[in-house]
Amino acid sequence: MEARTAGSRGRTLGRAPAWLLGLIPLALIVGVIGGFAILGGPGLGERTGPPVEDLAVETTELSPGEISLSIRNDGPDPVEIAQVAVNDAFSTFTASDGQTVGRLGSTTLDISYPWIDGEAYTIFLLTSTGGTVEHVIDVAAETPEADASFFALMALLGIYVGVIPVSLGMLWLPFVRRIGAGFMRALIAFTVGLLAFLAVDATLEGLEIAGAGSSAFGGVELVFLGAIVAFLALAGVDAYMRGRRARAKAAGAPGSQLALMVAIGIGLHNLGEGLAIGSAYASGALALGAFLVIGFAIHNTTEGLAIVGPMAKERPSLGRLLTLGLVAGAPAILGAWIGAAAFNPSLAALLFGFGVGAIVQVIVQLLPVMRDDDGRALHGQAVIGLLSGVALLYLTGLLVSA
Amino acid sequence: MSEPKPPGQPQDPGPKEIGGISRRKLLASGVAAAPALALLHETVPHQGVHGALGGNQTSTAAAAEGAHGGGHTTASGASAHSDFSAGGTVDHAANGFDPTEILRDYDYGRTSRLADGRTLREYDLVAVDKEVEVAPGVFYPAWTYNGRIPGPTLRATEGDLLRIRFTNGSAHPHTVHFHGIHPSFMDGVPGVGENRGAGQIEAGESFVYEFGAEPFGLHHYHCHVTPLADHIAKGLYGTFIVDPKEPREKADELVMVMNGFDTNFDRTNEIYAVNTVGFHFLNEPVRVKRDELVRIYLVNILEFDLLNSFHIHANFFNYFPTGTSREPSELTDTVILGQGQRGICELRFPYAGKFMFHAHVSEFTELGWMGFFEVVE
Repeated sequence: MEARTAGSRGRTLGRAPAWLLGLIPLALIVGVIGGFAILGGPGLGERTGPPVEDLAVETTELSPGEISLSIRNDGPDPVEIAQVAVNDAFSTFTASDGQTVGRLGSTTLDISYPWIDGEAYTIFLLTSTGGTVEHVIDVAAETPEADASFFALMALLGIYVGVIPVSLGMLWLPFVRRIGAGFMRALIAFTVGLLAFLAVDATLEGLEIAGAGSSAFGGVELVFLGAIVAFLALAGVDAYMRGRRARAKAAGAPGSQLALMVAIGIGLHNLGEGLAIGSAYASGALALGAFLVIGFAIHNTTEGLAIVGPMAKERPSLGRLLTLGLVAGAPAILGAWIGAAAFNPSLAALLFGFGVGAIVQVIVQLLPVMRDDDGRALHGQAVIGLLSGVALLYLTGLLVSA
Repeated sequence: MSEPKPPGQPQDPGPKEIGGISRRKLLASGVAAAPALALLHETVPHQGVHGALGGNQTSTAAAAEGAHGGGHTTASGASAHSDFSAGGTVDHAANGFDPTEILRDYDYGRTSRLADGRTLREYDLVAVDKEVEVAPGVFYPAWTYNGRIPGPTLRATEGDLLRIRFTNGSAHPHTVHFHGIHPSFMDGVPGVGENRGAGQIEAGESFVYEFGAEPFGLHHYHCHVTPLADHIAKGLYGTFIVDPKEPREKADELVMVMNGFDTNFDRTNEIYAVNTVGFHFLNEPVRVKRDELVRIYLVNILEFDLLNSFHIHANFFNYFPTGTSREPSELTDTVILGQGQRGICELRFPYAGKFMFHAHVSEFTELGWMGFFEVVE
C-alpha cells in the first residue's frame, strides 16, 4: 500500500485513489469555511441592530416556595437573565448554569416565590438589555416528586391506558377468524381508518407541543423529522424481515408480520400518548380521574382489534399474542415515565413524530391486504370500514378531554 | 395583604457615611454641583460643551467624586444580581450617579449679583445619551441631563434671574421645558420661538433659557419634544425648586423623584423607583436624625401609569401640594400624585429605627418602589 502510494507520487491526479479525490474537496471546504469563520466573515461587517434575545421555557416545576424553570436559548446571541419577576414582584433566584445562556445553551432558574395552589402566575424574565420573556403558569400545582412510588403510579397508568386495553382488544381474534373475506377486508379498512385518525391526531398534538416549546432544535420540524425517520426505519425492518422469510420458505403468511408491524406502529404511538399523559399529570394540568382512564382505555381497545385484524387466517400462540400486546401497549408506560420525569418539548415532538411515521408505514403495509379480487382498494366495504374506524376513534376520543 | 414586605431580609448597610455630601457643606461652599458632571467629563465626548461647564464647580464636584468612590461597596457579579430585592445593587460609579447622593444634591448655579441687586443664577444642562443600569444587571438606553437620572436639582430663590444654558449633546433633538412662569419662547416647546433660537434644540446646538424664578414652590423640568412620553420616560427630567423669599424652616431636605422604566418599550414600566434605581433605599436606607425636621421634595415624573403614590410607615407628614403655600393642606401618611404632580412633605421621626416608605399603589412596590428610612439618634 505504502509502496503504491509512493509510486503514484508525481503521476497525474487521475491516478489518485478515489478516497483521496473525495477527501480533497472536503478538506478545501473545511479550510475555506474555517478561514472565513476565523477571520470573522471578512467584508460582511457587524450585524446591525440590538442582540436577538430568544428564550424558551422548556419545563416548569413547582415545589413549596419555589418555582423552577428550565430555560433554553433559541436565539443566535447569548442572553443574560438579569432579573425575574413573578406576578409583578421581583423575586430572588439562582441559576444552575449561570445567568448568561449561550446559543442553544440552557439553565435552570430556581425562583423563590410563595406561590399558592390553584392560582395563575405570570413570570417575566428581564434580560440585561431590558427585554422581557413571559412565561405563564395557568394553574399552579406542586410537581410530584420523581420517587419510586411515583414511577409505580406512572407504570400503573401506562398499564391501564396501554397494555390492558390493547390486550382486551386482541380478544376479538376468534371473531375475526370466523368472518368472510369481504368482511375481513372491511375490518382491515376499519383498522386503516383507526390508524389514519391516530396519525392525524398525533401530528396535531406533536405540532402543538413543539410549537409551545423551544425551537432551538427545530421545533415543529422535529415532528416531521421523527415521522420520516420512523417511516424509513420501519420500512427497512419490514424489507429485512420479508427478505429473511423469503429465504426460509417461499410462501409464508404475511399476517403475523403485518400484525407485528401494526403493533410496533401502535406502540410508538402509545409512547407519545403516555408522554403526553405523564407530562400533563406532572405539570398538574391533568387530574387522574377514573373517567380519563376509562376514556383512554376504550380508545385504545380498538388498537388491539387493529393488531389482530391481519392475523385472521393464522393461529398464533398465546405467547405471541401477549408479546404483540406488550409491544403495542407497554410503550405507554415508558412514555409516561419520560413525560413525567424528563419532559422536554423537543423530545416530545420527536417522539410524536416517530408515532406518526410508524403509523403511516403500517397503513402503507395494510393497503394491499385491503384490496378486493379486482385489485381495488376503495371498494364499498373498505369505505365503510374506513369511515367506521375514523368514527369510532373520534367518538371514543371525545371521552378523553385531556 | 396588609403591608408589602421586602421579599428578603435587606442587608444592613452598616454605619457608613453615604456620599459624604451633607447639605450644610454644600451651603457653606455657596455653590452646589452635580457630581455627575465630573464623570461626564471622563466618559462622554463633548468637545463643544467644555466651555459651558466648569467654573467654580470643579472643586466641589471633585470632592463629591472622591467621597463617591470611597463610600460604597459596589456589588458586582452574578451572586449580587440574583438577590436584587434582598441586597443586590447596581454599579453607581459606572452609572455616574447614586440615588442616595441625589437626595441631598442641590445645584444653586453660579451666582452673581446684577446691577439692580437681583441675584443671577447660571446653570448648565447637557443632554447626553447614556446607558444606565436601572436594576442590577438591567441596562437601559437612557437620555439624560448631565449624565444622571433625574437631572440636577436646580434650586433658586423666588425672584432670582435664572439663565440655564442647555447644550444638546444627544443624537436626538431635545428641549428643556420648565414648570414655572415665563415668556412663551422660554417654554422649551418645539414650534415656539424657533425664530429666536428657542423651540426645538437640534443635536449639537444649544440655547440659553432665561426667566425669573417664580412662583416659589416645588417644580420640575423635562424635555418637551414629541413623542413626549418617550422623551420624558427615557430620563430627560429633573427637579426645580424655587425657595420662598422668607426661607422655610431649616431641615434635612431630601429630593425624591418617583420614576420608572419601560425597559422593553411596551409602554408599561418594568421597574419602579425613587431616584431611578429600584429597591435602592431598601438596601441603603435614607438616614435621618431622630426629631430633626425632614423635608421631602416629592416629584412624580412616572410615565405610562396614571397614578403614583407615596406612603410612609409609622408616621404622618404635613403635605404642601406643589409647595406653593406655606400652609399644609393635610396631615397624612399617604398622598396620590398624577403624572407631573409634586408636593412637599414635612415630618419628624419621633422613634429611632427602620421605617418603610413605598408607593401605596402596591403593585409598584415589589417592582422596585419601596425603601427604608433609618432614623438614628
